[in-house]
Amino acid sequence: MNETIRGLLTKLGGLPVSLDQLADDADLYAAGLSSFASVQLMLGIEEAFDIEFPDNLLNRKSFASIAAIEKTVQSIIDAREAA
Amino acid sequence: MDMQTSFLDRLFETGLLIDTGVDGLYGRSGQFEDVIAAFERMIDATGGGDGAEAMRFPPGMNRAFFETSGYMKSFPQLAGTVHSFCGNELDHMSLLQCMEVGDDWTKGQEATEIVLTPAACYPLYPTIAKRGRLPKGGGLFDLQSYCFRHEPSKDPARQQLFRMREYVCMGTEADVTDFRQTWMDRGVEMMKSVGLEVAIDVANDPFFGRAGKMLANNQRDQNLKFELLIPITSVSKPTACMSFNYHQDAFGAKWGIHLDDGSVAHTACVGFGLERIALALFHTHGLDVKEWPAKVRKALWG
Repeated sequence: MNETIRGLLTKLGGLPVSLDQLADDADLYAAGLSSFASVQLMLGIEEAFDIEFPDNLLNRKSFASIAAIEKTVQSIIDAREAA
Repeated sequence: MDMQTSFLDRLFETGLLIDTGVDGLYGRSGQFEDVIAAFERMIDATGGGDGAEAMRFPPGMNRAFFETSGYMKSFPQLAGTVHSFCGNELDHMSLLQCMEVGDDWTKGQEATEIVLTPAACYPLYPTIAKRGRLPKGGGLFDLQSYCFRHEPSKDPARQQLFRMREYVCMGTEADVTDFRQTWMDRGVEMMKSVGLEVAIDVANDPFFGRAGKMLANNQRDQNLKFELLIPITSVSKPTACMSFNYHQDAFGAKWGIHLDDGSVAHTACVGFGLERIALALFHTHGLDVKEWPAKVRKALWG
């Protein structure tokens, strides 16, 4: 999952820094992730993992770092499997 | 009949608003305009000492600037573009035939270089960017324009063509957030002085679609937009009559607006919805201005 997210960030994030230099817990907004890029990333992640973000997770916190994205995606997958 | 329709009907009956047959597109009476003019003089009296540079743009803007602004990313549902007939004589004949038989004659209309202005400050940013770096202390601008938003409604407080008066501040983060706070305080005082009951609350723009939901949540999380709310057609859903927006450095970066030290300018704007304020006054104090409380009349007309 980490690799897929990093791949999408490279493609859609529009970050001025190389992804190799970003730790999993690095603040993506501080690294230059714009509001619009985060929306693109959200749509890209939905497609890649075949999930849909519920409204309550459509916020900055969910996309604050690679680790946060992983956690959010995992929680959506878990919720779906539990249902 | 709901409350919104009945208030609209009363506005039509008294002639304050003039029905055109299109929801949200109304004429205004002399009396209605006099209230707006009086309130604008109050705005001048409140903000006039700040030394803002006044500019007035027509209600249409350069389409290229509109495209750069990114408006279509966020609000495609609200935008209005100006299209014209650009054909030859033969095309003209088929256009007339089309109209004659009641077919859709608008399909052949072509986009012009003009888009209807969605907010009074939109033409300002490219204008200022073209001047080069801002002078020391940044910039302060005073704007007013008719604005267009495609959202037909029977709510008289949601018109498709309406006037927005704005002050825009460009400077450091501290400059523009101070400016915004000053106007939130001033706005509350101004509305109180004309007998309007107000509340200020954090808000979001009506971004389009699911992606828009995320943008709206982000905007709220960061306290980027506040609105001054006044009950007009609903007490539970009061109407935004002013908005206070902090754009961070988004517009500065997009348009290349720089401070005198070369750093990217932060910007903020404060907007008055002039028709909404007039409607709030009519709704609160009655449709006959002569019957308004003396204190309110004095605040508006001296």
